[in-house]
Amino acid sequence: MCLAVPAKIENIDGTSAVVDFGGTKRKISLGVLTGVKEGDHVLVHAGYAIGKVGAREAEDTMKVLDELRDVIREETGKNK
Amino acid sequence: MEVCGTHTMAIARSGIKKVLPKEIELISGPGCPVCVTSQEDIDRAIIIAELDGVIMTTFGDMMRVPGTTGSLEEARTDGADVRIVYSCLDALEIAEDNPEKKVVFMGVGFETTSPTVASAVIEAKKRGINNFYVIANFKLVFPALDIIAGSSKVKVDGFICPGHVSVITGSLPYRRIAEDFGKPCVIMGFEDADIIKGIKSLVEQINSGQSRVEIEYKRAVNEKGNVKANRVLNEVFEPGDADWRGIGRIRKSGLKFRKEYASFDAGKKFRVKVPKSRTPEGCVCGEVLQGIKSPSDCKLFGKKCTPMKPVGPCMVSSEGTCAAYYKYGGR
Repeated sequence: MCLAVPAKIENIDGTSAVVDFGGTKRKISLGVLTGVKEGDHVLVHAGYAIGKVGAREAEDTMKVLDELRDVIREETGKNK
Repeated sequence: MEVCGTHTMAIARSGIKKVLPKEIELISGPGCPVCVTSQEDIDRAIIIAELDGVIMTTFGDMMRVPGTTGSLEEARTDGADVRIVYSCLDALEIAEDNPEKKVVFMGVGFETTSPTVASAVIEAKKRGINNFYVIANFKLVFPALDIIAGSSKVKVDGFICPGHVSVITGSLPYRRIAEDFGKPCVIMGFEDADIIKGIKSLVEQINSGQSRVEIEYKRAVNEKGNVKANRVLNEVFEPGDADWRGIGRIRKSGLKFRKEYASFDAGKKFRVKVPKSRTPEGCVCGEVLQGIKSPSDCKLFGKKCTPMKPVGPCMVSSEGTCAAYYKYGGR
């Protein structure tokens, strides 16, 4: 349940922000995190940004997730 | 021992256990919030959900956990209004949309989750939403770690520390475990590579007789943690005693509402009587949570107890040790 997913902040509006999870966008709260700006990567848990992520490392995680998505696409394609 | 359900699932899914040398045994600890919730706390939530005029909201994992006589999902089938939410803020929105109802959020989780709920409570106060209540069944990781580190029933050589709890708490609170109990602590991320790298540092410490706290999840974790999240948490809640499945009551291992926010406390608002709770007969979930037993030691595992028809919470939650063993196999 302590799952948190990295996402990139697209824009900030007061205490909420729209983030991009590698294509999927969602509004989240910045109620428990300070010191972030648009373009930063954050970990999102239960609708809240809970921590900032180093950008380079976040890109690495995104890359792994992208690869995974490709594999899944390939696998489900095979099943058809 | 990994102390986080998300690690349990990540390790099982990756197959890491199967490629490790046999001298390295990974055991799962009390890191699945749904699993460590006591039977009585689950029973109480179900009773509250069944009250007239109540909308019960909770995270999806909680729905199918069997109480003494049923689950929240069964209560819903019987007509109770029980809704799954992704965030406590969704529950707040339901409260705002249904002013004639009492909206209750069944709050479970560790330090990762509780600040988000505290923030939603502050928001509710600010917006004057007075039909919103929280069942505060949150748990704190460190008091449970103390018990396991000092236990004679299970000998843990080192801890795989929870990455996202540590985003909030920082690495400093683990120092006591490393220094007072002599157990190395390594904070890890959740990718396969993170875990392999973390296990390597843990083994190196154990082999050289050292015991310190290391962060192998530096992209997200630092020494101090998330200061704002801790401030938000401490504004609404303070440590209180909590009941853990299998372990029992641990002093100051949970959270209770501070006086200023007591009007949001579902425990105070709904003073329901809970009949004596019973844990399912034969279920060893309580011992599995402490690493004393493995799922394969349980007579019900894979027979009477499966993910389709779970008997205990460790098989229900997607992060439960039994669910992980059932799905991916384990040793």
